[in-house]
Amino acid sequence: MKIVVTVKQIPDPNGVQRLGTDNRLVRDGEVVLDPGDEYGVEAALRIKEAAGEGEVVLVSMGPAKAADAIRKGLSMGADRAIHISDDALAGADALTTAQVLAAAIKGESADLVICGTESTDGSTGMVPPMLAELLGVPQLTFAKSVEAGGGKVKIQRQTEVGYDVVEAATPALLTVTAAVGEPRYASLKGIMAARSKEVKKLGLGDLGVSRGTAAEEILEVVDAEQRQAGEVFEDDGTAVDKILALLVKVKAV
Amino acid sequence: MAKIWIYAELSEGKLAPISLELLAKARALGGEVEAVALGKGAEAAATILGKHGAKKVYVCDDSVFDEYVAQPATDTMEALVKANSPDLLLFGFSLDSREVAGRLSARLGIGQVSSAVDVEAGGGGFTARVSYFGGSKIAKMKVNQKPAIVLIRPKSFEAAEVGGSAEVEQVKATVGADSKRAHRLERVAEKGDKVKLEDAAIVVSGGRGMQGPENFPLLEELADALGGAVGASRAVVDAGWVPYSMQVGQTGKAVRPNVYIAAGISGAMQHTVGMKASKVIIAINKDAEAPILKMADLGIVGDALKILPKLTEAVKAKKGG
Repeated sequence: MKIVVTVKQIPDPNGVQRLGTDNRLVRDGEVVLDPGDEYGVEAALRIKEAAGEGEVVLVSMGPAKAADAIRKGLSMGADRAIHISDDALAGADALTTAQVLAAAIKGESADLVICGTESTDGSTGMVPPMLAELLGVPQLTFAKSVEAGGGKVKIQRQTEVGYDVVEAATPALLTVTAAVGEPRYASLKGIMAARSKEVKKLGLGDLGVSRGTAAEEILEVVDAEQRQAGEVFEDDGTAVDKILALLVKVKAV
Repeated sequence: MAKIWIYAELSEGKLAPISLELLAKARALGGEVEAVALGKGAEAAATILGKHGAKKVYVCDDSVFDEYVAQPATDTMEALVKANSPDLLLFGFSLDSREVAGRLSARLGIGQVSSAVDVEAGGGGFTARVSYFGGSKIAKMKVNQKPAIVLIRPKSFEAAEVGGSAEVEQVKATVGADSKRAHRLERVAEKGDKVKLEDAAIVVSGGRGMQGPENFPLLEELADALGGAVGASRAVVDAGWVPYSMQVGQTGKAVRPNVYIAAGISGAMQHTVGMKASKVIIAINKDAEAPILKMADLGIVGDALKILPKLTEAVKAKKGG
């Protein structure tokens, strides 16, 4: 069983996020492996362990710094990685990202491709379905649990009301939620081992992909209207009365 | 006149509320408003879509769209788009619709603007508004292509019935030989027939400050007394206290009830982006520095576990008397 996991480095979500003069997210501060992708790596490792054999390959598109995020995934236990880095890709939109990832993944002939449901920074949620389309495979998305083996994959797909049971023959693309299992910590052994694991570096030229014109163009970024703060009280025993009075006022009671 | 299409989402034969929200926007944009309804119940949905302003609905009442995820809908949409050349194609940013939008966008080799909160016409094209950083910034993005594909977050607009009926055009399912692959074997509903979270007039949500899943009944009792629904923050869903169907926020549901009560929720952007459109926000948090208190109409610095049961009793007493 060969499993590709897409991983992305993102600005530390606990840090301060800001936009540059080009109105794009500034990515020069602390970066981390997208927490959503940690679940992808974890899901892949569990599938490999359950199968008793296989290979987990990380694929990432991002600047030189993405190497840290890749290393984190390798420390968790992934076997090797492919890192696509090219100055021409700065500010790439979802379609370009999906095209680049597809070109890199095609040669791997993976049984499964696993992604997070959406990145924590961009949150467009578009790369996984686009990638599935470009790879010509079905997509089994928002998986809260995954069973894979015998040329098939079956998931519980999270829905607004519960879940669907969805099954497909492999190859297939999955997106996984936090419910697939808490990502493991990298052990000291894992961190040491990651240093000698292969990270293949590729540029756009190696993939035969050229950057098209983006469909979308940022005209301007403005401050959104903010809610005004109301009254804040320390609870001195009158909290219930105050809340009830407001509920009555707005006719909720 | 611009041809504006909305992708009507059907689930279990029922029209998703987002479809009617999109129609309200499409009408406001003032073009030729049409809808595409694929799946079981499409025929019945066309009547509702007509009442909400669709002039024409392309209908395919075929269960193949329910049985197989995304691919049959993508194939059929591709054929319809190529044959009819809409200028703008609106999808909901919902779990089902976004899968089709993504695949279609890659199939057509054109991009899209995802997770938008608004769209406007002008300059011979369309501009979408996308909120960033938990809704503190809005980026205006021009979409330079035809069709312009824009995915809109649920609850960005209010649906409104305007009367009228749509011309119905029956279309056939165009499904590629290799598209019946992600097979939906079963649909499981985890919650009963209580008030639906996204439709509730009152939402009572809990976060880490509720201390554990054993205290969530306190929220349910208050919600029951108020005739509302219970929501939760991502932190407690990720911790496995409650199911995802209760999650409010960026990666969960968007709600805009009359009253939103946040108990033990700090107010991370991930959460507030899904509830800040609520008319009245009441927050209870032990931490006086919690961001949620800065956006609440009424903020209480106190222990939700102590306040909630008393509030439930007070609401019941008021309603009884």
